[in-house]
Amino acid sequence: MYYECIPTTCTYCGCGCSVVLQVLDGHLVGVLPGKTNPVNEGSLCIKGWTSHEFVYREKRLKNPLVKKDGVFFETGWEEALDTVAGKLKKIKEESGADSIAALASAKCTNEENYLMQKLMRAAIGTNNIDHCARL
Amino acid sequence: MFGSGAMTNSIAELEDSKCIFIIGSNTSEAHPLIANRILRAKAKGAKIIVADPRKIHIAFYADIHVRQNLGTDVALLNGIMNIIISKGWQAREYIEARTENYAVLQESVANYPPEKVSEITGVSVQDLNAIAEAYAKAPSASIVYAMGITQHTTGVDNVKSLANLAMLCGRVGAESCGVNPLRGQNNGQGACDMGALPNVYSGYQRVDDEEVGKKFDAAWGAQLSRKPGLTLMDMMHAIEEGQVRALYIMGENPVVSDPNRAHVESVLKKVEFLVVQDIFMTETAQYAQVILPGVSFAEKDGTFTNTERRVQRVRKAIEPVGNARPDWQIICSLSDMIGYPMNYNEAGEIQDEIKSVTPSYGGITYARLDGDGLQWPCPTSEHPGTKFLHKERFTRGRGLFSAIAFKPPAEASDNEFPLMLTTGRNFVHYHTGTLTRQSRSLDDEQKEGYAEINPLDAHKYGISKRDRIKVVSRRGAIEIKPEITGRVPEGILFIPFHFAEAAANALTIDALDPVAKIPEYKVCAVRIEKVA
Repeated sequence: MYYECIPTTCTYCGCGCSVVLQVLDGHLVGVLPGKTNPVNEGSLCIKGWTSHEFVYREKRLKNPLVKKDGVFFETGWEEALDTVAGKLKKIKEESGADSIAALASAKCTNEENYLMQKLMRAAIGTNNIDHCARL
Repeated sequence: MFGSGAMTNSIAELEDSKCIFIIGSNTSEAHPLIANRILRAKAKGAKIIVADPRKIHIAFYADIHVRQNLGTDVALLNGIMNIIISKGWQAREYIEARTENYAVLQESVANYPPEKVSEITGVSVQDLNAIAEAYAKAPSASIVYAMGITQHTTGVDNVKSLANLAMLCGRVGAESCGVNPLRGQNNGQGACDMGALPNVYSGYQRVDDEEVGKKFDAAWGAQLSRKPGLTLMDMMHAIEEGQVRALYIMGENPVVSDPNRAHVESVLKKVEFLVVQDIFMTETAQYAQVILPGVSFAEKDGTFTNTERRVQRVRKAIEPVGNARPDWQIICSLSDMIGYPMNYNEAGEIQDEIKSVTPSYGGITYARLDGDGLQWPCPTSEHPGTKFLHKERFTRGRGLFSAIAFKPPAEASDNEFPLMLTTGRNFVHYHTGTLTRQSRSLDDEQKEGYAEINPLDAHKYGISKRDRIKVVSRRGAIEIKPEITGRVPEGILFIPFHFAEAAANALTIDALDPVAKIPEYKVCAVRIEKVA
């Protein structure tokens, strides 16, 4: 048995409580509150204490999906990314960069939000990027 | 106002505040660990003021709880300032030394005498006086707010009014004071800081500023557009008009979070190419042509920025589930294939780039984040981070007072729709329920949606707790279980927005704040019927 504790930050609200993920043989088994963090000082709310529970739910998406005739089919990464990149390039050529828009996420990391706006601004060429802080 | 969009002070400082004014925040349900600090402050003798139409949990600990009519916050705040000025409790030296435009504020709040405000808000003159005195006279005083302030057609006016009140009493730039918005999502602050907004790059650097544009042109090796892009709401309209043909959504579920569900569904059906990147098959993903499986917080490295501007590490604990991939790697692959290569071997290299183009994050590296993280602004590698903002001067120089007139909400009750609806969160669930409803413990606590209804209204409509009711607005209708409770005042219903099958957003109105484009989730007119 190999047991690890990984310090990280809770995924729910904006408090930003420190949590410790308990990993047994590579499997996430539980959550503990970070003790020294100035935000939560060793406490967690009911959502924080259970924040590992959704991770392995059977409904997790495990492969890219492409819709054909209204039905989703599992596919490989190459095909899925090819479809997306090809379609975005085609739409940009036909209708210009401003005909493409993206929503980044208040759930994703800073690095991911940074890259998403960079993708839209530098790779596509539009400032049509927003997220749901308003919602 | 002050020139920065974030909590001015830190969470820990709340504990030593002597007066905490909570308005439009259901703190103990939505931000429990911040509510903890407020309760500790109370134990240390702080006065707690809650202004909320509902008798929310934290209101039971309040010294003063007022239940203003929905959408009357500007009138309430102007009334409080009117009293402060007429009693001479304002911070004269602070106003003189650090602010501008005071005469304009003085003139505008003169139009809000307590009696008139009492009539608009339903709050007694006695309570208005008590709030004014408690807030103005305490040695330190903090304002705490959340979406109850911002999700209105007057959202910006509401925030400006809070800024007016805080500056009037010299409460900005001081320990255990400030204006403190509580972000609803783990990284709502970070998404804004990183430039996931149509008008700014990371660090709120404007895309239409030529100097800024040149800097990013050089840093990214591209010719960047100087024209601000579309906000979420404008994207929806542009899709309807055929101007936007492709939409890429990462980690969001607008079908359940957008104010007008029927409208957003018709838009997602219409858009030619929809890509959704998420960890579950959401209501929104159903409309996609391609779905890309991202990973949860446990499966990737990165950082989140909390509501007090604290940048903290997210660390990979387990391998991705199935063939899912970290979201940042998906974006890199896509960018490569579009013809703009992104070469990052690990998430820390992205932070190194963020640091080089974002002054407020200029001193932040992964190595420095071990431990308690760092609060921005943190401009250099020696800078210790910033506990509270605007200490010596405001980001914009002087704090700017503005004259704000009260405007009623977009929709009022009438004969056809005699009740008012407001929305919010429940203590076990989070946002559209994508995560929490997949958690067995949380799902067991609260399995389905409900509508809080006052006992007097329940009696009037002949509704008992075993009935189901139909709630109808001009946008749509849902069937839902009633919860008969004095938590809501007579004439008002409350529905939490986590439950897609009894979606509050089938009812809410998509009227927007003209500046911030935030929808008015907190007020709309409805009627109810008992389901036979």
